[in-house]
Amino acid sequence: MPTRIQKEARKESLLLNMGPSHPAMHGTIRIMLELDGERILNSEVEVGYLHRGFEKTCENRTYFNLLPYTDRLNYVSPLINNLGYVMTVEKMLGIEAPERAQYIRVIMSELSRVSDHLTCLAAIAMECGALTVLLYNMKAREFIWDVIESTTGARMTTSYIRIGGVRADLHPDYNAAIKKAIVETRKVLKDVHGLLDKNKIFLNRTRDIAVVSPETAISYGWTGPCLRSTGVYYDVRKAFPYAVYDRLDFEVPLGERGDNFDRYIVRMKEMEQSLRIIEQAMEKIPEPSSSQLMAKGIEPAEAIKASRAKKVEKKIRLSPNLEGSEKDKYKNILAKDKKYIVPPKEDTYTSIEGIINHFKFFMREHGIRPPKGEVYFSVEGGNGELGYYIVSDGTDKPYRLHLRAPCFHIVSALEEMIQGRYIADIIPTFGSTNMIGGELDR
Amino acid sequence: MEMEKKKVLEELKQKFPEKIKEISVQFGDESIIVESGSLLDVVQFLKNEPCSYSMLLDLTCVDYKGQEPRFEMVYHLYSLSNKQRLRIKARLAEKDLWIDSLTSLWKNANWLEREIYDMFGVHFKGHPDLRRIFMYEGFEGYPLRKDYPLRKRQPRIPLRK
Repeated sequence: MPTRIQKEARKESLLLNMGPSHPAMHGTIRIMLELDGERILNSEVEVGYLHRGFEKTCENRTYFNLLPYTDRLNYVSPLINNLGYVMTVEKMLGIEAPERAQYIRVIMSELSRVSDHLTCLAAIAMECGALTVLLYNMKAREFIWDVIESTTGARMTTSYIRIGGVRADLHPDYNAAIKKAIVETRKVLKDVHGLLDKNKIFLNRTRDIAVVSPETAISYGWTGPCLRSTGVYYDVRKAFPYAVYDRLDFEVPLGERGDNFDRYIVRMKEMEQSLRIIEQAMEKIPEPSSSQLMAKGIEPAEAIKASRAKKVEKKIRLSPNLEGSEKDKYKNILAKDKKYIVPPKEDTYTSIEGIINHFKFFMREHGIRPPKGEVYFSVEGGNGELGYYIVSDGTDKPYRLHLRAPCFHIVSALEEMIQGRYIADIIPTFGSTNMIGGELDR
Repeated sequence: MEMEKKKVLEELKQKFPEKIKEISVQFGDESIIVESGSLLDVVQFLKNEPCSYSMLLDLTCVDYKGQEPRFEMVYHLYSLSNKQRLRIKARLAEKDLWIDSLTSLWKNANWLEREIYDMFGVHFKGHPDLRRIFMYEGFEGYPLRKDYPLRKRQPRIPLRK
């Protein structure tokens, strides 16, 4: 219940509720406004409607089991959330994914970043009345999600990036699919530039509205495109390069004024850079040892039967769900350290050592147990620095897991951004903060 | 870069000899443990030139149930000019559960501290508007403490008239 504003409000002004569920606002957030006509005198933002105890839940799951929860933090870029968590645990364990997996991670997180920005800009434009942009952006996002779907098997809840590497190798046709996605996205970006950059209605609603100075942005702990729109150069990919970002050439676009329009244009330029990164990564990615998708071979049931008599030498045909994670692909996509990766299914089905390894990995109190200590690691998410702080007590569950959610910091500045402006300005301003409920409320 | 970081830590040790309890490095992250009463002074010193840790990246708390003092506040600072992170920790006893608020230095400390108050019940001295942020008014207990059960249910709150 917003209490502060009710105490502070002047007698003659009007108190108006916006949200928690408002058609012009994406995400459940409540803004209580103190109004003089259409002018906002004061406001109070209330969050927490999507709080589902992410941190508490994770503290009661094993390091392997809690990965799917990280998908749900940001539904448009789950792969970046996976990556942040996984790399934090890897930092504790001291393991590194093979090079091919590193490139896959970069490609996947850049695709996610593009889809994240496309969604954010689609929402801003739609709320300003430009429905065409929404449809175009959704079209481009669809091509990107096709690639993600063919790689991870899911569109949103991917759980694809695993401790030590990735779950499966890329689909054999990924090259053509990504190229198509890049071409289509470039076309859409060009169209959107044409539709919005000099559009009077859009400019009137975004130019010089909700201007944030660099000092204010830093004081609020802003990161990501919102911070860069104010002209501050900070990108986790450049400041603390992870995966293979230091081997790729890209620029960090900066804004000048820090208004809504700059937040839009920075995101547009960032998408172009992301596409550049994907193109470079696709050229540099090491070739896999075998491009064959599913090993042709005997049925698992037959293999199990045969393994009772002697060791099975033939290849085993796995379920299509395990496409890309055959045993001979493991060296390309997962770290060598057997303690921290899921044992190959071929071994689990046919050998006693394999099944012991399998149970040892999944059994309570066994599995992944990082050394005692605490660690902070962050990646550049769609909204900014996505950091994980994990305290380990040496068991198979994190003692404490805390997420540094970038939009928590950004939305905390919303009250200041809309103060003294009109009600209509809330919509593009709130849109440009790209608030994601799952990440903000945790 | 590494040199500068060392310099900052050494300077800090000279400036606050008895307030800094420990400086340690683990997994490549530097962290210092300060006395809870002197947090504001140390952080103020770090924020200003020449250390210029101008950004409060993150603020959280850990409940070490069974240990004394029980709670540990964890602050992550970031220096934009030197591209460095620093972790500052301070222990708080359960009986005396308060620490100075950083709202006078950073604006995002407002919500971050409200979150910690909500989840752990830590009080922040000097916070302008300390109340729950994620949980509702009338919620009992502090959910992220280790003695709060995972599946505990709370009674429904009556409809407001």
